[in-house]
Amino acid sequence: MADSDYKKYLTLSGLEPLVVTPESNFINVGERTNVTGSRKFLRLIKDEKYDEALCVARDQVEGGAQILDVNMDEGMLDGKYAMVKFLNLIASEPDIARIPLMIDSSKWEIIEAGLQVAQGKCVVNSISLKEGEAEFIRQAKLVKRYGAAVIVMAFDETGQADSFERRIEICKRSYDILVHVVHFKPQDIIFDPNIFPVATGMEEHRLNALDFFNATKWIRENLPYANVSGGVSNVSFSFRGNTTVREAINSAFLYHAIQHGMNLGIVNPTMLEVYDEIPKDLLKHVEDVLFNRGEDATERLLEFAETVKGNKKEDATKVLEWRSESIQDRITHSLVKGIDAFIIEDVEEARLASSKPIDVIEGHLMIGMNVVGDFFGSGKMFLPQVVKSARVMKKAVAYLQPYIEAEKDGKQEFAGKILMATVKGDVHDIGKNIVSVVLGCNNYEIIDLGVMVPPERIIEAAIKEQVDVIGLSGLITPSLDEMVYLSKAMTKENLTIPLIIGGATTSKAHTSVKIAPNYNHTVVHVNDASRAVTVVGNLLKKDNNTYKEQIREEYDKFREQFLIRGKRKEYISIEDARKNKYPIDWKSSEIVKPVQLGIQIIDDFDITKLESFIDWSPFFRSWDLHGRYPDILTDAIVGPQAQELFKDAQELLKRIFDEQLLKAKAVFGLFPANSVNDDDIEVYDENENLKVTFLTLRQQLSKREGIPNHALSDFIAPKDSGKQDYIGSFCVSTGFGTQELAQQFEADNDDYNSIMIKALADRLAEAFAEYLHKEVRTKHWSYTKNEDLTNDELIKETYKGIRPAPGYPACPDHLEKATIWRLLDVENRIGVTLTESLAMWPAASVSGYYFGNPEAKYFGLGKITEDQLKDYAKRRHISEDEARKWLNPNLAD
Amino acid sequence: MSTIKEEIQQRILVLDGAMGTMLQRYNFSEEDFRGERFKDYPTSLKGNNDLLSLTQPIAIAEVHRKYFEAGADIVETNTFSGTTIAMSDYNMEDLVYELNYESAKIAKQVADEFTKANPEKPRFVAGSIGPTNKTASMSPDVNKPEYRAITFEELRVAYKQQVEGLLDGGVDVLLVETIFDTLNAKAALFAIEEVKEERQIDIPIMVSGTITDASGRTLSGQTVEAFLTSISHIPLLSVGFNCALGAEQLKPYLQRLSHETEFYTSAHPNAGLPNAFGEYDQSALQMQVLIEDYLQDGLINIIGGCCGTNPDHIKAIAEVAQNYKPRSIKVQV
Repeated sequence: MADSDYKKYLTLSGLEPLVVTPESNFINVGERTNVTGSRKFLRLIKDEKYDEALCVARDQVEGGAQILDVNMDEGMLDGKYAMVKFLNLIASEPDIARIPLMIDSSKWEIIEAGLQVAQGKCVVNSISLKEGEAEFIRQAKLVKRYGAAVIVMAFDETGQADSFERRIEICKRSYDILVHVVHFKPQDIIFDPNIFPVATGMEEHRLNALDFFNATKWIRENLPYANVSGGVSNVSFSFRGNTTVREAINSAFLYHAIQHGMNLGIVNPTMLEVYDEIPKDLLKHVEDVLFNRGEDATERLLEFAETVKGNKKEDATKVLEWRSESIQDRITHSLVKGIDAFIIEDVEEARLASSKPIDVIEGHLMIGMNVVGDFFGSGKMFLPQVVKSARVMKKAVAYLQPYIEAEKDGKQEFAGKILMATVKGDVHDIGKNIVSVVLGCNNYEIIDLGVMVPPERIIEAAIKEQVDVIGLSGLITPSLDEMVYLSKAMTKENLTIPLIIGGATTSKAHTSVKIAPNYNHTVVHVNDASRAVTVVGNLLKKDNNTYKEQIREEYDKFREQFLIRGKRKEYISIEDARKNKYPIDWKSSEIVKPVQLGIQIIDDFDITKLESFIDWSPFFRSWDLHGRYPDILTDAIVGPQAQELFKDAQELLKRIFDEQLLKAKAVFGLFPANSVNDDDIEVYDENENLKVTFLTLRQQLSKREGIPNHALSDFIAPKDSGKQDYIGSFCVSTGFGTQELAQQFEADNDDYNSIMIKALADRLAEAFAEYLHKEVRTKHWSYTKNEDLTNDELIKETYKGIRPAPGYPACPDHLEKATIWRLLDVENRIGVTLTESLAMWPAASVSGYYFGNPEAKYFGLGKITEDQLKDYAKRRHISEDEARKWLNPNLAD
Repeated sequence: MSTIKEEIQQRILVLDGAMGTMLQRYNFSEEDFRGERFKDYPTSLKGNNDLLSLTQPIAIAEVHRKYFEAGADIVETNTFSGTTIAMSDYNMEDLVYELNYESAKIAKQVADEFTKANPEKPRFVAGSIGPTNKTASMSPDVNKPEYRAITFEELRVAYKQQVEGLLDGGVDVLLVETIFDTLNAKAALFAIEEVKEERQIDIPIMVSGTITDASGRTLSGQTVEAFLTSISHIPLLSVGFNCALGAEQLKPYLQRLSHETEFYTSAHPNAGLPNAFGEYDQSALQMQVLIEDYLQDGLINIIGGCCGTNPDHIKAIAEVAQNYKPRSIKVQV
């Protein structure tokens, strides 16, 4: 080796150095300090048990980890806070801080926060070309400047590399950019060429291991000094449950990966068999799969796996074998798999064999549903599967109902009665319906009061029906106050029924700080459907006082901590914030006059045009499947479920298109406008008469020097600049027909499709907004004529100009919707109405403004203080109390 | 005139000695520190050595001159505490830019005089960037190990301001020195890289850490090799050690550093270890012998003195330095 090559090894440091030389064989990364991979660690971090969390880290170091991976990516965690706190604590433990850190997050801000508290040379995990070259270069430059090495995922703008060719293409491209553009040291680059599961039974997965091996070899031979790493356990994912086979696959894979040049990796040592101790016959089958030897390699391993351990893995030839099993097994199978083809036949058989028809529900069906509940609770089933199970269950019950009534042999015994409602003024019910279905699956009787339910009705029904639990849901921010109001009303009525809070804008913070103090009985925030089952189960246990007290204490403590933490933020006066507005040089800023001023209506739009504009990621999120589309379809854990859900969605979408089930309408307008008095936007008609004034809100959080305090009005030329500027406004809806369809599905006991149609209508509405924005940009306003963006770029909002919507972060003030309705006469023109809480009806609607200035960008308002509230009340001509009511969620404490 | 990058390939460069030791000789009073300009300043200013660049510029220039006369190739600006963080002790955060700018100008002026008189031996000015009085990777409160008195971001902003002042004042090289917490130094390097990019300039950077005691680690706990690894992501002119130890105690660490790094190396040790009265009493000749030992082993490219050294020491060091070849380095990255 040439002398100059001597130092070209990956070198990292904690308190001590780590040099990765060819002799160091394989560097093992400790992975237990990762909240996404370890439930235990997640719980410790959530409960702020950092002492114990440090013990997990220490165990890793003592167990031989040479690098410590730390990941705090979890929805309920303040990831930045947890990362900084944990790394700071590690710094004071020399026996842990000895080894280098791997700062692991999908959020750049968390990575950066971690880098800012580590004195040693860390590894960043990870960056990739996923968001395009510019972002890749920006992050790589910063990684270099912070003095870290970096893991580069084989991922680019079009997705994750899944073949040999794609892997080397992306790695080569990444390498060239890093080495030649960013001047990153090649030895500081670690490629992760994606380890995917083998033996999945899918044709396109046959080369998963071999492609990884070959790509690894190629990288080590063709990209000088670069390293290769990977998360090993993923490879054996399809054999979870069969430990023997899993461990054999892991070790055989690791063995060959190292032979091919992988020199770092994340391996759980407890899931590894010693390569030499793998029985020779098993090893042969495993290696045949890894190297794709023979068409039937997978089948042979599957078959052999059965002999190694009673494994219930199915293959295509055995699909119908379950039909010959016992009646109970068949019913359970149908419920677990969500198969409705045989359920009536099986239920009939069960009925004939039972003394009473009710026994089938309370026996066979409940036994099956308990299995579903257990699987769901332990993470072995996912939400869409459970909803499908519920559909099968409902079909079975509907079939039995006439027999039960005919015999009049009593009613079904439920585990408890739950009242569910979307609060007054809010029309969003997807989440509420999912929770209802899941609770229904667990044998709770659901009293669903629907949407826009006034508090009096909730209380009245709760008393009349003697419910055990009240569940409230809401999506828009005014719903938060409705929930507060209801909690007060429950106290007045001397109710003691536990209250469960859920929905997108709700949070544990809001529940503990704003709701719980009003109601002396149990108040719990539930953020997903699986937790709802556990919480309700605990609440309805006979001896539930301890649990209720625990919740109280937990929320009291959370509130205290939250209030202390909340005080750390600093705000400046609205006056100072206005002085620090976003500066646009209006002398040079180019203002384009819209080609067509005034209002236009689109009636009965051809919605098939919207297909390519759909952003699917939020669709999966609404089903509690988290991940980005299309990667989610190949995700190791939720991939198969996501694929199935996506297939069902495509089917229904096709029906919507073919049978024209939904109607889409839009109204939009483009107008002359100028900003006045800093934060207001005056909108004029063609003859310069004032039509309406939009009121915008300004950020008041104390900013770093050079960072402005934004308000939307900053993007419109001030009147005193002498320049005529323009603004647009719009409302689109694809919700006409949704309600009717959902009701039809419900009548068919098909909650799955009832929820699906609403979720799809929501996506179509967003797609319509995206589509219309593009039309406006390129035709009606026409400030960008040559725009040719892919859907992905649209979703990432790479275009010029913005379309912020009232009720969302840039302008949380819902009252602005009323102004838009006045300006465009929305209700008369397309029939979309506003509820008293200013939710739009039909729910699948989007409204907002268009800002065309190239410098316009999205931002979050954050919290505002009293002075702006007072000023706003004056501008809005309403009392301070009313202003407080509408802006409550945005007021700083 | 040739640049420092050219000169360092030719010979061992000599850095100056202590500024503080020299200033003590002047016995400046509170009034002297204040001068006319800060006559009525509300805070006591005695001991704010950096301020003397504004109130006693002639004395500062004189110290630089004495070191150049002794044979130094590089003098350090009087800016060891020139950040808003260190200056907050005197409520003088607002003066930071001016302090750095003026200090750099004074040193540069003296350097130019000497270069003009003898163009064969060009003289350089190193902008001294101290560690500040706070640590980013250690908690000052043993009961709250997760607490930090200063953040990376605060350090970055403060260092950036210092660097801007030093560059505008005309320094030839930046010297991040007396590093007892590597994270502080990384913030300084981050700030320097930002300024380099914004101004589209390349300025040589020297980095000098401090090994606190016989444990062979920095105060923040890193070994020599870990420290080196943590700061080598930026192209450096040199890396080395200064302060805390005398030349004798520093040698084993310097050997390890010299073996591991592809950058040029530097050392400016103290004049031995302090005696029972906290004074440094190693003579110029004693130190010369120890330094010659470095030179014989070919460990060094830049050599000077820290606490307790004066122009006599530097003169003695310069005398032996010219007799030896500089340490040869492998390929410069």
